[in-house]
Amino acid sequence: MKILVPLKRVSDPDNANKIKISGGKVETTGLEWKPNPFDEYAVETALRLTENGANPKARLGEVLVVSFGPKEVETTLRAALATGADRAIRVDATDDQLDGDLVARALKALVEKEKPDLVLLGKQQVEGDSNQVGQLLAEYLGWPQATFAGSIKSENDTALEVHREVDGGSMVLKVTLPAVVTVDLRIVAPQSVSSKHSPAHKYADGVRFAALMAIMAAKKKPLVEVKLAELASDTALKIKVTGYEAPPARKAGVKVKTVAELVQKLKTEARVI
Amino acid sequence: MAQILVVAELSEGHARKSTLSAITFAKQAGLPFSILVLGASTSAAAQELAAFGAQKVLVAEDASLEHPLAERYAPTVAAAAAGFDVIAVTASSYGKDLAPRVAAKLGAGYAPDISGVTNSGGKLAYKRPTYAGNAYAHVEVTTPKQVVSVRQSEFLAAEASGGASPIEKVAVAPVDAAASRVQFVRLEAAKSERPDLGEARVIVSGGRALKEKFAEVLDPLAGLLGAAVGASRAACDAGYAPPELQVGQTGRVVAPALYFAIGISGAIQHLAGMKGSKTIVAINKDPEAPIFQVADYGLVQDLFTAVPELVTELKK
Repeated sequence: MKILVPLKRVSDPDNANKIKISGGKVETTGLEWKPNPFDEYAVETALRLTENGANPKARLGEVLVVSFGPKEVETTLRAALATGADRAIRVDATDDQLDGDLVARALKALVEKEKPDLVLLGKQQVEGDSNQVGQLLAEYLGWPQATFAGSIKSENDTALEVHREVDGGSMVLKVTLPAVVTVDLRIVAPQSVSSKHSPAHKYADGVRFAALMAIMAAKKKPLVEVKLAELASDTALKIKVTGYEAPPARKAGVKVKTVAELVQKLKTEARVI
Repeated sequence: MAQILVVAELSEGHARKSTLSAITFAKQAGLPFSILVLGASTSAAAQELAAFGAQKVLVAEDASLEHPLAERYAPTVAAAAAGFDVIAVTASSYGKDLAPRVAAKLGAGYAPDISGVTNSGGKLAYKRPTYAGNAYAHVEVTTPKQVVSVRQSEFLAAEASGGASPIEKVAVAPVDAAASRVQFVRLEAAKSERPDLGEARVIVSGGRALKEKFAEVLDPLAGLLGAAVGASRAACDAGYAPPELQVGQTGRVVAPALYFAIGISGAIQHLAGMKGSKTIVAINKDPEAPIFQVADYGLVQDLFTAVPELVTELKK
């Protein structure tokens, strides 16, 4: 199975409360770039789907990773190559030249060129939280989608049974490939991804780490640059961000000493029970 | 004048409360609106939604719309959107799955998960949370048609205003090839007597500290208060609570009148999903836990003694 995984780097999501807003802009100075966590899960999912239980050294298929951004995003791509992806493409662009719709349209052109069986994406990137590129891409391609996948079972690599994490529980869908799947948190649990050629062992919970040897080897894996204009002729944005503001601060609360005091305050002060 | 089409979200034939938040969005935008109801059985929901001051309630009813698959819903929503300028969907798992496909069909820009709207001289501008709720972005959609998804926690549910909007049938649009390549297998719905997280006035949420005693400790409190039960990501990942209970940036975003965070440390991602709650109570034995920075009332105690004591005290 050939799988395309789009990746994005984000400013360290565990320190998102350290961003500064000045002059209507967000400043992330001092925050490290990290791969978007959901995109790392998508890479892990792709690697599991192409695993060869009979011969771990020869995976079945190809995992192609792509990122939109300046030269520095190659760090993110190399990291994915080090964990096992085969090939990488960087689409040269800056963040302010892009919105989710343009990324989806450019990805459509890339899909038509590369002809993957499956596009796997994180369900959202954790800066903008827009949760849209996978669905937009699926519609532009005329492909089925399975969003918020918590588990995936490949049926002979021609169809996938996907458990989607939805508000009321889990919705099970069967999609025939080629398709777009976006992944949720639980996709990297030990037994969330399976195919007929999965290895017998259970996976560790979470994403795999790259060994030093693999990091060295990743430097030799193919990484090519493509210009945005080669993939999208219309680069007009459909969303314009006119500014940012800080959220209203919550006023400081109080510590109570006993359960009785808590109940009394909830009844007479907050009047919520 | 520009008009808004609100796409209803149904559960078992009835409008979910998230739909009423999307109606509030339309009212705040100050534009006339209609409501579109899709499903295999729409009459109950259409009747309910006729009492909210919509110009019309449009219904697309067909057996093929029994399950909310984006590939099947998007063509009909896009067709019904002719004559409307803004298409508003709920920012739930349903709406987030559907809205981008509708936007792509219409060539429209999509503003997801909006928390505010302003109308200056007919031009709409939106506010939406980013960076785990640490920055609100102001956005405009540059295309003539616009699609938005409305964050339920930031728009109060509309109240029925009486009256009866005319109910009109609309055609179910033909689907594309994508629809034939996706098949609904089943919905494994969580069986719960409790209210939905998005609809509850009180939420009792627990963290990893509860371990296997998650339900045993929280259920009596939730039952007593008629509360929904929520969980931190850590509790869900560890299997102490099912994934659909997760509250946070990437789970459910909630804003109840009263939120109990029990044994939850308060990671940024969790705070992003509950900071909008009116009153927050935190119970945690670690006095340094970040959850105390957003809590109105903090109790530094072992939850295994504090929660049962709280139940006893509330019964008095």
